[in-house]
Amino acid sequence: MRWFWVDRFNEFVRGQHATAIKNISLSEEHLHDHFPGAAVMPNSLVVEGMAQTAGLLAADAISFERRVVLAKVASAVFHFDAVPGDSLVYKATILDLKPSGSLTHVTSMVGDKLQGEAELFFAHLEPGEGVPRLFEPAELLRWLDHLHIYDVGRDVDGKPLDRPDW
Amino acid sequence: MPSRDEIFEKVKKALVDALGVDEEDILPSATMVGDLGAESIDFLDIVFRLEKSFGIKIPRGDLFPEDVLSSSEFVAGGKVNAAGIAALKTRMPFADLSRFEANPNVQNFANTLTVEDMVRYVQSKLSA
Repeated sequence: MRWFWVDRFNEFVRGQHATAIKNISLSEEHLHDHFPGAAVMPNSLVVEGMAQTAGLLAADAISFERRVVLAKVASAVFHFDAVPGDSLVYKATILDLKPSGSLTHVTSMVGDKLQGEAELFFAHLEPGEGVPRLFEPAELLRWLDHLHIYDVGRDVDGKPLDRPDW
Repeated sequence: MPSRDEIFEKVKKALVDALGVDEEDILPSATMVGDLGAESIDFLDIVFRLEKSFGIKIPRGDLFPEDVLSSSEFVAGGKVNAAGIAALKTRMPFADLSRFEANPNVQNFANTLTVEDMVRYVQSKLSA
């Protein structure tokens, strides 16, 4: 099983903001018993989807040269539960980006309703700072392709992003 | 240059946002680690927020002198020696190190910094 908690990016503006969707389906095994007879998407996994949206935005902004690790959920508030059939739309915005880390804000919407919002802090670790290599480059690129980042991705001037040659 | 109280209010906001504590817990005498529960990753978060809020640059090592605390020149048997205390005072003139000086175990250092120390640090950066 792969740890994929977003389905696709719809918008990706390098170093600024990105929008990704997560379609919740009852065919996802984790919902079968959470809870019996009343499937609810765990908000911990919503946070993971938010973190993948914001984390890839941050990692791209530093050219994937460091390991972007969710270091801290500075705050997270949820207003209602998401259920099978809902499409969660995560919008991540970079509040601050430095070589050592990034601070991001992410919202989760179902239609026009705010389902949740979080402030996520990522540490950007260099090799040797205690975190093993997270992805093989080819594997990471496959994931980015699944997510359509290089189909929708633009830089701040609106120019399409170059797909890396890993 | 903002007043001490204005700086305190902005430091308080950074700490409330970063640590999820209540405003009334942010007393000048509160220690960052012991009273407010800051962990190591929180300090990186706090540095980000202070830099943004005040438009200052906080070099690594200013608030957390890891190099001094891990130096064989300054530390012996888990305790910071007199030369080490002098180095810390030079590095951190904004911090009240008297409590640490009384029991200079390296492990105690993490719980030395107070909210007031953070305020004085920002003041020193803004007046530099």
